[in-house]
Amino acid sequence: MIADIGLITLTIAFIFTVYATFASAYGGWRGQAAWVESARNASLLAFPFLTVSVIVIVYSLYVLDFSLAYVYDVSSQAMSPFLRVAALWGGQQGSVLFWAWLMAGFVAVVLLRKWERDREMMPYFIATAMLTTAFFVGVVLFITNPFMRLWHIEGVTEITQALFQPANSMPYFPEDGGGLNPLLRHFGMIGHPPTTYLGFTGFVIPFSFAIAALITGQSRGDEWIRTTRRWTLVAWIFLSIGLILGGRWAYDVLGWGGFWGWDPVENAMLMPWLTGTAFLHSVMMTEKRGMMKKWNMVLIILTYSLSLFGTFITRTGVISSVHAFAKSALGPAFFAFIGLTFIGSVTILYLRWDTLKSEHSLESFISRESAFVLQNMLFLAITFAVFWGTIFPLISELVTGAKITVGPPYFQRVTGPLFFVLVILMGIAPLFAWRKQAVRALGKAIWIPFLASLGIAGIWGYAHRMHPASILGLWMAGFVLSGILAEFWKGVQARRTTRNENPFTALFNLIGRNHRRYGGYIIHLSVVLIALGFIGDANFKLETQGTVSSGEFLTIGDYQLRFEQLRAYPGSDGREIIEAVTTLSQDGEAIRALNPRRDYFTVQEQPVTVPGVYSTPGKDVYVLLVGWEDSGQSATFKIYVNSLINWVWIGGLMMIVGTIIAAWCNPGQREATYVLKPGALTSHSLLQEG
Amino acid sequence: MGNMKRKLILLLLTIVANFSAVSIVYAQDGQPGYPTDDDVNRVAKKLYCPVCPNTPLDVCETKACQDWRAQIRDQLSQGWTDQQIIDYFVTQYGERVLAEPQRKGFTSLVWFLPLTAVLIGTGVVYEILKSWRKQKTATTAVSSPPKIPKELLEKIEREIRELD
Repeated sequence: MIADIGLITLTIAFIFTVYATFASAYGGWRGQAAWVESARNASLLAFPFLTVSVIVIVYSLYVLDFSLAYVYDVSSQAMSPFLRVAALWGGQQGSVLFWAWLMAGFVAVVLLRKWERDREMMPYFIATAMLTTAFFVGVVLFITNPFMRLWHIEGVTEITQALFQPANSMPYFPEDGGGLNPLLRHFGMIGHPPTTYLGFTGFVIPFSFAIAALITGQSRGDEWIRTTRRWTLVAWIFLSIGLILGGRWAYDVLGWGGFWGWDPVENAMLMPWLTGTAFLHSVMMTEKRGMMKKWNMVLIILTYSLSLFGTFITRTGVISSVHAFAKSALGPAFFAFIGLTFIGSVTILYLRWDTLKSEHSLESFISRESAFVLQNMLFLAITFAVFWGTIFPLISELVTGAKITVGPPYFQRVTGPLFFVLVILMGIAPLFAWRKQAVRALGKAIWIPFLASLGIAGIWGYAHRMHPASILGLWMAGFVLSGILAEFWKGVQARRTTRNENPFTALFNLIGRNHRRYGGYIIHLSVVLIALGFIGDANFKLETQGTVSSGEFLTIGDYQLRFEQLRAYPGSDGREIIEAVTTLSQDGEAIRALNPRRDYFTVQEQPVTVPGVYSTPGKDVYVLLVGWEDSGQSATFKIYVNSLINWVWIGGLMMIVGTIIAAWCNPGQREATYVLKPGALTSHSLLQEG
Repeated sequence: MGNMKRKLILLLLTIVANFSAVSIVYAQDGQPGYPTDDDVNRVAKKLYCPVCPNTPLDVCETKACQDWRAQIRDQLSQGWTDQQIIDYFVTQYGERVLAEPQRKGFTSLVWFLPLTAVLIGTGVVYEILKSWRKQKTATTAVSSPPKIPKELLEKIEREIRELD
């Protein structure tokens, strides 16, 4: 049977990953290149073998081979082909296999591309990366195997799951499967989990290089950082996309009118993102100034450990949450592995602490260097607050026996002020010079953005004077936004005057000449836009709920929702749809029809609330059908007016664009001789600086 | 530096105050139609569903939660205040129903520790920057002579002159 092929290739891949771990470590230790070569080949081969296992599972999900327990759990006749394929990561067994496969893929690409350049670090890179891969493949093989079959043992009523045929048993083929959890039957299913996993697994590359650099003593230099910079960016942007898609998905299906609920699983994803972001910035200090080498190591170890911790929380449901669809006996294995990874890396770091000395010292408290230290500390403080709030219910239960909830109010109050300071810092830090910043020059650089932001906050604040708390947030957004735009303006002006370029060419060339800097600015801009979404959510959100009969209105802000009627019809994927026909008006003028729904998944007996949304750049009117009475003559609606929420998604798109620009190969480096034309020198060297 | 620090703390406090300021106009007891769904949700929002993990009571759709919301409505119409209802739920189902962790007993640690961490972090940042500065003075001491305060120089010169 085809599933056997998948099981066999999985087993071979496991043997390869274990072999690669030991062979490369031994080869590195003994200085024997043959062992390392052999380990590399084994690592490269593990990927195609795992690929076969993944294809077998995807195929079985697609053709609905219900003799496999996993297929029976997550796939069903009623599901569309695209959801059947996406069911690969819809349950625990499949998603851990998917994790292992992605990680093996990342390692394989590195080994194909970087093999020659970083020979010295390679043995330990392979050992570290393959140890992790071996762990995940091992978990798939021994703990949560997707190739388990269903068997009917004579005299036993329950169906048994086993890899191989038990005695006195017959294979069992169910007619239909349970199918995915209805909440997962959404378009977001194709985007959010894979991007999240790519983000989580992608950090294995910088982490493994960091460990290799520590072991070989290369941590003195910054070669490992240059090697891994793009990998870190790739992992980071996937994690960012995963976060944003997750928010969008929650907004669309969870039916509470928001996009971020500080749920443990959301936090689990946010934490590695926070430390990863700090790492991305911190490595610049090493590249430019040879400083903060210890910080980089601490941050990448934390990022990677938190990625594992995130997977642990998601897949074991240890801190029970709405996301914990999968519960299992994975806990102890994962916990031990995270402990091993963390303690192991910290030990290596401790032994190699002396290789991480700073090459320069601080010249002034007001300098880019200080800003970087402050930034790292803020990121760590937020991470700690999130971590502490996430695990505190567990700690409370362990210590006092009392279960408690740490809900959004805690996270908003504790991280809100820290995020505020961080965003302000993001606005001004890029203006700081390395080494020493003259206060007067800094004042000169920021007084226009500062005045502009006061103006924005004043006008906007006056328009929203009933929400005084929002003014500070709006000022922050205005200040940082105008600060960054001023940087673009200055660059464009410099090019216009020195090269007579028109503004658009100047902007294009400006970004083209220094991808890292201007890509970074674009990412900073996107962060401000996303912050706008949070400011809107915190300050301007309106909500109301009420029951109305046919023809009656519900009012919220200047919007009115008129209920016409209720209708029911069968939908795809085995659902029964109950839909309200309503008309949304603003100040008495009809805007459009909205159809909020309730989808009942009959097999799972689970309702999913699908909102009716009227979306504009300024605000969303988000209508939920809560219930109905008198056989549909009257219905209860909950209406939210979510201000500025769409800027989260716009910011998310912009973040992707900025990251692509920042990661792009800088043509300026190749054209270094070309630009030495008379007259071009000054402006170009000016723009290249920083 | 002290001044800057004070300003920073002041700024942080302002932000904290802003984040905790809640501007909701409460519907008055005794008005026609009281309690409305919005009144019920206002209370339910501060509570977490005791059975479904991590779901606020105002959005939870299970039967149990609908009953709890109906109970809140009854209590409101009997003239209970929001706080009385919340206290009732805590005694009935335990601390876990509170969305916002309490600031007393063991639970206060959840608030207290991040605050401590931020304070320690600020100290650490200051110490790191100071130690970096020290390295600098240590390295530059060899090349350039230490700066002597003007007053001291003048004093030395004056005393030399007086010796003459």
